Parts: sequence; C-alpha cells; structure tokens
Amino acid sequence: MGASNHHTLSALVENRPGVLSRVAGLFTRRGFNIDSLAVGPTERADRSVITIRVDCTRHSVEQVVKQLYKLVDVIDVYEVPAEAAIERELLLIKVQADAERRSEVMKLAELFDARVADVGQTTLLLECVEHPDRLASFEELLAPYGIVEAIRTGRVAMLRASAPEGESKSRLRVMG
Amino acid sequence: MSTQTESAIAKARARTGRMNGAEAIIRSLEAEGVEICWGIPGGAILPLYDAFMACEHTVQHVLVRHEQGAGHMAQGYARATGRVGVCIATSGPGATNLVTPIADAFLDSTPMVAITGQVPTHLIGTDAFQEADITGIVMPIVKHSFLVQTVEDIPRAMKAAFHIASSGRPGPVLVDIPKDLQLTEFDFAWPDEVDLPGYDTDWISGVDQDAVDAAADLIARSRKPVLYVGGGVINAEATDELILLAEALQVPVTTTLLAKGAFPDSHPLSVQMPGMHGSKYANWTMHRSDLLITIGARFDDRVTGKLDAFAPGAKIIHFDIDPAEISKNRSADVSLIGHLNETLPALRDAVLAHKNDERIRHQIDWLNEVQGWRRENPFRYRRGGDTLKPEYVMEAFDKALRGKDAIWVTGVGQHQMWAAQYLTIDGPRRWITSGGLGTMGFGVPAAIGAQQACPDAYVVNIDGDGCFQMTMQELATARCYDVPAIHAVINNGWLGMVRQWQELFHGERYSETDLFGTIPDFVQLAEAYGCLALRAETEAEADAVIAEAIAARRPTVIDFRVDREEKVYPMVPAGSASHEMLDETWENEWVEEGV
Ligand SMILES: Cc1ncc(C[n+]2csc(CCOP(=O)(O)OP(=O)(O)O)c2C)c(N)n1
Ligand SMILES: [Mg+2]
Repeated sequence: MGASNHHTLSALVENRPGVLSRVAGLFTRRGFNIDSLAVGPTERADRSVITIRVDCTRHSVEQVVKQLYKLVDVIDVYEVPAEAAIERELLLIKVQADAERRSEVMKLAELFDARVADVGQTTLLLECVEHPDRLASFEELLAPYGIVEAIRTGRVAMLRASAPEGESKSRLRVMG
Repeated sequence: MSTQTESAIAKARARTGRMNGAEAIIRSLEAEGVEICWGIPGGAILPLYDAFMACEHTVQHVLVRHEQGAGHMAQGYARATGRVGVCIATSGPGATNLVTPIADAFLDSTPMVAITGQVPTHLIGTDAFQEADITGIVMPIVKHSFLVQTVEDIPRAMKAAFHIASSGRPGPVLVDIPKDLQLTEFDFAWPDEVDLPGYDTDWISGVDQDAVDAAADLIARSRKPVLYVGGGVINAEATDELILLAEALQVPVTTTLLAKGAFPDSHPLSVQMPGMHGSKYANWTMHRSDLLITIGARFDDRVTGKLDAFAPGAKIIHFDIDPAEISKNRSADVSLIGHLNETLPALRDAVLAHKNDERIRHQIDWLNEVQGWRRENPFRYRRGGDTLKPEYVMEAFDKALRGKDAIWVTGVGQHQMWAAQYLTIDGPRRWITSGGLGTMGFGVPAAIGAQQACPDAYVVNIDGDGCFQMTMQELATARCYDVPAIHAVINNGWLGMVRQWQELFHGERYSETDLFGTIPDFVQLAEAYGCLALRAETEAEADAVIAEAIAARRPTVIDFRVDREEKVYPMVPAGSASHEMLDETWENEWVEEGV
C-alpha cells in the first residue's frame, strides 16, 4: 500500500451542473495534488459521490476537507481509511496476444479474476475490477506481452459492511 | 437612503401572480429588502431593465459608467451598512467587468450579489455574441454561483444567493440568468425556505463552553497576551462585545487593516495596526507576546511577515466563523467556531470567573511595557517646510471631521497606508478599504456606494493619483445622483507604493512608475464632471480646501500636490520578520528595542 501521505476522500455532493468543476478546481487552486478522481451517481438521483485520492500531509488533508465543506454543493466529506474500506477500480487493458500466447495471457487473467471483454486477431481486451494495488501488479505481469492500451477509472471506496457501527463513518466535519 | 420597512418586505414576500422572469428578479430584490442597486444594461439583461421601468417597485437603480464601478459601489454600500450590496451587468464584457469587484468582495468577506444576464439558453455553449462563461470564470472567487436553468428557479436562486452572501462568513454570490428566462412567464411565489443541503450555518450558533474555558485558562496563565483583531469582528457586529472583553482583560488590542474601527483607535488599549506598515508597537507587541487572542483574523502574510518568525513565543487562541481559517497559516492551541457576538461575551464571563484581578496584576508589567513603546514610537513624519506632506493631509482631515459621522474610503498604495496610520477611526463600518485584493480603483466607486448608503455622513475617499485614474469616470455617477463624497487625490505624481519598492529594493530603478503629476489636470477634469474642484500645495491651502470641501456637501475633488519623495514608514520588507521594521526617516534617532 502507498505511503501514508495518500488519503482517500469521499465527497457526497449535490448532483448539479458544475459541481465536479468546483471540486476539481478547489484542488488546483489550493495546490493539492489529485492522484485519482472518480465521480458517479448514488442510490439517490440528486446526489453523486466524488472519490478523490490525494497526496498530502495530515495537516493539508484537514485543510482540503474544510475547504470542501465550504463549497455549497458539497454535503458531506468522509475520509475513508484504507484498513476499514473496500477499495476498487476498473481496469480496461488491451494486450498483445496472438494465437500462440493467447492461452498464457488468459491464464494470467483468470488468476486476477479478469474477464475477456473482446478478442481480436492479435490482441485481447481484458476487464478487471480489483483493488488498485492488485491492478498494478496485474498490469506489471502483462507488460512483457506488450500493452497496447490501458485505462483505469480511478478508485472508489466504501466502508466495509462489517465495519463497527459508530466509527463506521469517519465524517470529517473538523469543527462543530 | 432608508431601509425598506418590515411591512414592505412582508408585502413583497406575500406577492404571487403571473409575471416574467425579469419582473421576478425585481420582486425577489424587493422580498430581500433591497433598496438600491448599481449596474449598466445590455442585450442579455435588457428584459430586466425593461421591467425596472415597466412595473412599479421600490428598488432604486443607479446607472454607473463602468461595471467595475457598480461592483465597488455595491461593496461600499455593503461595508458601510452590513447589508448585501447588489450589482447588475449584461453578459460577456459586462459580466467580466465585474470580476475584479467580485474577487475583492471574496477576499474581504463582503456580502454581495451580482446579477448577470446570459445569452439565451439555446445559444449557451455556441460562442454566441457576448457569451462568456461567467460562472466558470468566477468559480474560484465566489462563495457560490448559480446559472439559472428554468424560470421557476429564479426566485429560489435569488433567495439562496442572498442567504449565502449574508450568512456565515459573508461573500459574493453570482446569479447568471439567460435572457429567454427573463422573458418567460410563470407563476411567481417567494419560497419560504432555501433548499441547500450542503450549506448549513445553524451549527455555528451556540458556544462550546469547553473551548471557552480552555481559552480562559490560557489567558489566566499568560503573562503577555494581546488581542489580535480582524475584520470578522465588523462582519459579526461584535464591536461592543470586543470592547467589553478587552476592558475586562486589560490587554493591548491590535486591529488589522480590515478591522480598523472594530476597536476604537483612540482607546487607551489600542496599539493600532500591525503588519507591513503597521505601528512599531503593534508589531513588537505581537512579536514579544506569549498569547495571541485572535478574533476574526486570518494570519495574512501582510500581517505576519515571515510566518516562521511571527510571534515565535506565542500560543494561539483563535475565534472565527470559518473553520477553514483555523490552523491554516498558524496552528491554533485553542479554537472556537462561532458568532463572535456570542463567543466573545462567553469568553469575558469565563475570564471574569477566574482570578481576574490577580491575572491583571501579573500582566501589568507587560501592559506598561507596551504603553511605553507606544508613547515613544508614534507614527511620525517630518513636516515639509515648503512642501505639503501627505501625512499632514491625513491629520488635517482627521482633525476637521473629528466628532462628525465620517466614513473613510481609500484607494491602494502609499496614501492608503498613510490614511490607515494617521486617521482615527473609532467605530465599525467607518473605514472602507480594499485589503485582501488591494484593488486600485476601489476608492471612487466605494465612496459613492457608502455615501448612498449613509447620505448624512461625511464620506471622504483618500485616493492616489494612480488609483483615481482607474475609476474616475464614476464622477459622472456622483454628479448625476448628487453624491457629495469628497475625493481627496494624494497626488505625488507616482505609482508611489511601487516606486517605494523600486527605491528600497530595486536599486532606485524607477521602471514605469512616473505618472507626471500634472497630467491630467485634476481640477479641470473634476470641473468637466461638474464637481467642486480644489487644489492645495501648502499646509495652509490644505486646511482651507478641506474646510471648503466639508462645507460644500457636493461632489468634490481635491488635488493635493504632495511631496513626491515621501515614503511610508515603518515598513516590514516582504518576507522579513515582522518586528524588523525599516524606518529611514528616523534611522539615526531610533533606539532599537531589544526585540
Ligand atoms: C489594479 C491594480 N493594479 C496594480 C496594482 C499594484 N499597485 C499597488 S499600489 C500601486 C500604486 C498606486 O499608485 P497611486 O494610486 O498613485 O498611490 P500612491 O502609492 O502613489 O499613494 C500599484 C500600481 C494594484 N494594487 N492594483
Ligand atoms: Mg501616487
């Protein structure tokens, strides 16, 4: 797992035009580095969740969170601690795999619970939903075959169903 | 200008009926009790201007000469009253002309609503004539913005805009309204509530007693406390509470540029302004202190100088309304989020419950030390002989308006700093300056807005010859609406503050700072605008024109031809520790304190 300076924040926001720009713009303006950002709908049509992976110190995470709360469209911000969360990311990857090496690549895919999404003459398109670290290993192992193209969605994270109540949502309203 | 009465507001809020979006904007302004707004019409906002004339209403519109003027007038009004200032512009260039005042209002926490017309909905995104993505452009400098999508959303967005602008830490909100929606008919009803799940200010109310006790405890154990006061006190209307607290504590009080007037300059506990051009005694007090009781201030770099070297031995108490200010620049030992008019009395009570007399006895040496610095190191300048010193103009104005209800407005530069140093401001909302953004051109329009807010006050804009030329076209507005503010141009013929830096830090290379003090002839210029136009080149002339201007009660411009060489001292060079102050004028006579 990455260094302790990486933090995963989950921002519950109003599903309004411009909200993503506001959130992303805040990071740029205040000089915080985004590792990955994923946005998507939630169980409620009028809410989205933006999952942001940042690289910064503890002190600046608190600053980011306070600044996020100042955005009118941001309803809640949580830090999702890696040890208490399920973190996933989707990888789409196109690998060189002619008839000769196809079965080898597919074996590897099986090991990572990846699915074959499409088959070409000389390439395979694989999809894999996994923890981002495992996706990284998967990519590494595929590299020798020749990666034609790879895209990841950015991580999303959710507290484990088994996380104890109470500490389950480490809501980061830092004051008040 | 009288505030709209409660009953008029109630009536406006009860109004329902069929109308177009343009009229709905006006009805919304009425429902918010808006009495006056500033702006310029144009294509995308024409329906609103048509409605201003077509329907009966209680909102006065003031036609300005440049939208930047409208924005700063709204700010001047807001800062003088605490109410939301409203400015209006058309799409594209009208809206972009509002960007500077919006940024200014953002950094100085001024409640403002900017209404802009937008190209019709079906043209958005096509690079249509006068289309600018103004909500995108202002994103980092507004508290919030709305691009209205349906006509039904107009009253909701307007209500939310006023609520957001004026609650919590105040700031600017922009409402962008496409032209077609202004023309669409619908059934108007003023919403009872705002629906903003992500904007909650209720939790700010109330007092966390544990934090108050912790603060009182730090104060009891401190030997060298100081109250470090920022503009938040003025926004919170907590001046009386602050005075009571300071008097109970018996500690020195320093007020930042934005907080001038939050605590009376003439109060014996005041050590006036800290920072780059603050008093030596304020900076030394902060530097030597073991406890900064920070109230609605934000450790701005113009106050702290080199942050690592700022108040190195001090613990920090920080009271504010904005959690994001706590430990942003300097980490706080005790912090409390709340409304200062609630939290300050709570702190006072807690302090009085401690052994307060004993504490004051322990701190008396400190207070005496500070008072000694203050006695021996006042702001001072050398009188000019034949030349008129800008500081003299400040003192003369100060004396002339002492005891009168005066509102002081400034531009940005040397003149601003002399005004901050030499004017005595004893009450809140009587000192209006662009602090955070430092916007040249703020003075003329902000003074007009403040004067329109307070018609009986004596409004004086202490302006620079450079600043004045950035917004002087608003003299036409002043003249057309008979706004009698006095515009005192401190004419040194330079972009003086920049020149001062060039002299001190750039080897006296005066690159592009010479304004040639006689171009334009400010007297002829002011006469062209129909203003009373005066000039002074000596102290005697200065006394005379100040008296004449104050008596005139009409738009007035005074060209003060001041000493071109004068610099602002003391000065903390940018990036230096705040107690290391330059003071060339008195170099040889200065006995440096061992601080
Ligand atoms: C809009 C804007 N442009 C540039 C500056 C940089 N600046 C700060 S003070 C100053 C000089 C102001 O000149 P003047 O109005 O004559 O005032 P003085 O310092 O001479 O009193 C300048 C150019 C600024 N603050 N604002
Ligand atoms: Mg000048």
